[in-house]
Amino acid sequence: MSYIVEMLHITKDFPGIRANDDITLQIEEKSIHALLGENGAGKSTLMSILFGLYQPDSGSIRVRGKEVKISDPNVATSLGIGMVHQHFKLVHNFTVTENIILGMEPHKGPVIDIRSAEKKVEEISKLYGLAVDPRAKIEDISVSMQQRVEILKMLFRDAEILIFDEPTAVLTPQEIHELMQIMRRLVEEGKTILLITHKLKEIKEVADVCTVLRRGKLVGTVSVADTDEERMAEMMVGRQVSFHVEKGPAKPGEELLRIENLNVKNVKGLLGVKNLSLSVRAGEVLGLCGIDGNGQTELVQAITGLTKIESGKIFLRNINIANLPIKERTDLGLGHIPEDRQKHGLVLDFTLGENFVIHNYYEKPFANYGILNKKAILENAERLIREFDVRSGQGAMTPARAMSGGNQQKAIVAREIDRSPDVFIVVQPTRGLDVGAIEYIHKRIIAERDRGKAILLVSLELDEIMDVSDRIAVIYNGEIVGIVDAAATTENELGLMMSGALRKTHAAPQAVHV
Amino acid sequence: MTTRKEKIVLPLIAVLLGFVLGSLIVAFTGRSPLAMYAAIVKGFSGIDILNGQPLNSRYIGEFIIQAMPIILTGLSFAFASRTGLFSIGAEGQLMIGSLSATTVALLVRAPTVIHLPLVLLAAILGGALWGAIPGFLKARYNVHEVVVTIMMNYIALHFNNFVILHIFGSVDRVKTAPFPTTALLKSPFLESITRNSRLNWGFIPVILALLIFAFIINKTTFGYSLRAVGYNKEAARYAGMKVNRNIIASMAIAGAFAGLAGAVITVGTFNFGRVIQSAEGYGFDGIAVALVGGNEAFGILLAGMLFGGLKAAQPLMQSQGIPREIAGIIQASIVLFVAMKFGIKMVLDKFERKQAPTTEGDRV
Ligand SMILES: Nc1ncnc2c1ncn2[C@@H]1O[C@H](COP(=O)(O)OP(=O)(O)OP(=O)(O)O)[C@@H](O)[C@H]1O
Ligand SMILES: [Mg+2]
Repeated sequence: MSYIVEMLHITKDFPGIRANDDITLQIEEKSIHALLGENGAGKSTLMSILFGLYQPDSGSIRVRGKEVKISDPNVATSLGIGMVHQHFKLVHNFTVTENIILGMEPHKGPVIDIRSAEKKVEEISKLYGLAVDPRAKIEDISVSMQQRVEILKMLFRDAEILIFDEPTAVLTPQEIHELMQIMRRLVEEGKTILLITHKLKEIKEVADVCTVLRRGKLVGTVSVADTDEERMAEMMVGRQVSFHVEKGPAKPGEELLRIENLNVKNVKGLLGVKNLSLSVRAGEVLGLCGIDGNGQTELVQAITGLTKIESGKIFLRNINIANLPIKERTDLGLGHIPEDRQKHGLVLDFTLGENFVIHNYYEKPFANYGILNKKAILENAERLIREFDVRSGQGAMTPARAMSGGNQQKAIVAREIDRSPDVFIVVQPTRGLDVGAIEYIHKRIIAERDRGKAILLVSLELDEIMDVSDRIAVIYNGEIVGIVDAAATTENELGLMMSGALRKTHAAPQAVHV
Repeated sequence: MTTRKEKIVLPLIAVLLGFVLGSLIVAFTGRSPLAMYAAIVKGFSGIDILNGQPLNSRYIGEFIIQAMPIILTGLSFAFASRTGLFSIGAEGQLMIGSLSATTVALLVRAPTVIHLPLVLLAAILGGALWGAIPGFLKARYNVHEVVVTIMMNYIALHFNNFVILHIFGSVDRVKTAPFPTTALLKSPFLESITRNSRLNWGFIPVILALLIFAFIINKTTFGYSLRAVGYNKEAARYAGMKVNRNIIASMAIAGAFAGLAGAVITVGTFNFGRVIQSAEGYGFDGIAVALVGGNEAFGILLAGMLFGGLKAAQPLMQSQGIPREIAGIIQASIVLFVAMKFGIKMVLDKFERKQAPTTEGDRV
């Protein structure tokens, strides 16, 4: 078989770091080639080079045996290379078709010929089983549909080589399953796929070949069929990784968070959370699972104060925080790892060090009489970077924007865990993290639990929920449809509850009067 | 990519391109670009390369006079900008500052050490109030600051004229009675060392304003929260910052800088309150200065001096037979080129890349 893409001895420097160091990557035609590596290993950089977003400092690229110079994404497109980025690049008030044809609008005389474009989009969509409505507006469709629009965008431009940068990080298990099928279908139709993912399961499921990077260097390329998950993880991290969380039994204490009859509206103005009651005790992790869009976001934003509630009460210890400003909730001991790291979690134009003090920049030691103490901010950053192994080019001085996706996530998690809040709302804490980092973060969450904190863990990943939680609450359509013991439940049972097919009615927690 | 490149090289290239474009236009209209440059050099220094006149400190004084208010309005725009606001209210805030200065200058009788600081303070407070109003409307009712600040500019203009004509009274219908000297920034000493230019102590509050700007933005917790709100309002809210309070405070401080500019003009360049026919362009010049100066104090200082010099060169250009509008065109195209920085950056990157393989080739 011949190589459709060859990246030979690619080296790329960023300020303070060699992101790619003499990497050679050869891709066979009509295969799915996975790229695996720790956060910051240089995967996105390498793919961005192939897509013409960055220029390598040295090395060469061959496409279909011919040496090419991919000076910008237009060149990549003309070579049949397409890319779906970690963060989508869509215009939200445009329709699907308008987004797809953006930059290459078909004309009929002076007017854009939207009809024929819509027809072509529909055809492609049908061919690959994407089921996208060409006339829907982006803002009205789900994240997984938006991702499919990005896929369509590549196919519309006749891309043959498709790059996916962590496509599954934003998807639910069901959607991941569908995406895998779409990928297989694409390969059947003659496409070649480059897939970045941290999930070894997915690599096992769809990829043919896997290339492993570590700290910018090539570790090796292996055939997926002959390599098990443990081996891949070891290649990538350089040590054995345990996939299961070691933890002792929980010792639940007093109720620290109690939600009573909560109602919250969603963005559409409908009730996203309906008359919901829930409580979390000190020293336990309560997992909240459900299919995306069943009220998790509204519930979390209501607890943390990002959204106003309709009615109900939220007690932190015995104080109703439901209508307090965010600041006061934080001061009372509430912590929050937000779902959307780029929207809420980070100020991308701040340095890493500045981001670490976003909650307490005005307090000693970070400030004195309203003047920032840069030295204290720096020391704080260096400590967290060491403790949580946050990797970047210029340490505390790195602009958050210049960090890899996973390291951005690690930075947020580090900042929030370090504050050690009494009631900790943890949403998708390990999204985009490598297996080694996941292991560490889970350990730290358990450590917080064992210090007597109350933790509400919200995640779309069933494995994570089942591994880390002590009890699991299932949310469906804005309501809690059951609470089960994590040790006693099964994936199957949770699945049934998440789809609304099974209810485990529990005694509603009695409203304790205070 | 590197911030250094963006912050220093790009504006310099934009300035260069602006001058190139200006020269082309002058050449196109059949006049000598050399004469234009001679006028500009003379505007900055009095040196006349064509007729061999030496440095003349009077010109330096006059160009600094031009630079002072637009540095302040530049700071005003930049300050709001750092909080993510697009304020075009400096013009009106300047007028209110000027009116406040006039009021205190005319109505208060006190020795200079008390009178002059009161005048400046009044201008600062007047401008701050005028800036706080759109800030409040934005924070409370989410009314866009661009719309409100434009309206506030008109209100300021007519309010100023009304007060000057109907309350303070004016014999010639253009200006008030002269201020007592205790209210003035004027300095016979500075005038004498600059051959009777209008140079005055106004540059001291301007320098202080530059320092305060840099200090607030970079060193204080307040500046930290302003920048956080400016870069990412949602993250600031998540972190529990008082986003709305920051918006109002930021607009008020922006107004204070512009208000001070009003005082620098009214009790520095002039010594009477003025009826203003129409906007004098300080506000827009300030936006240009802030954009070219990259919203940083030092950049604003340099850009303000550049544009101040261009302003001072306008009458000289005219005397060389070059339309004075050329200076405006140069200024506008510099701003345009700064706004096109992404394009320029791309060209630069291409350039660097083209060079990279050749150096590599050399090594082989
Ligand atoms: N635009 C940039 N400017 C400066 N440094 C960068 C830039 N992009 C990436 N880097 C640095 O290069 C290194 C590799 O980053 P890259 O995004 O390729 O990692 P990654 O393997 O995709 O990691 P992740 O799994 O976290 O997404 C990181 O240390 C990052 O800080
Ligand atoms: Mg990445």
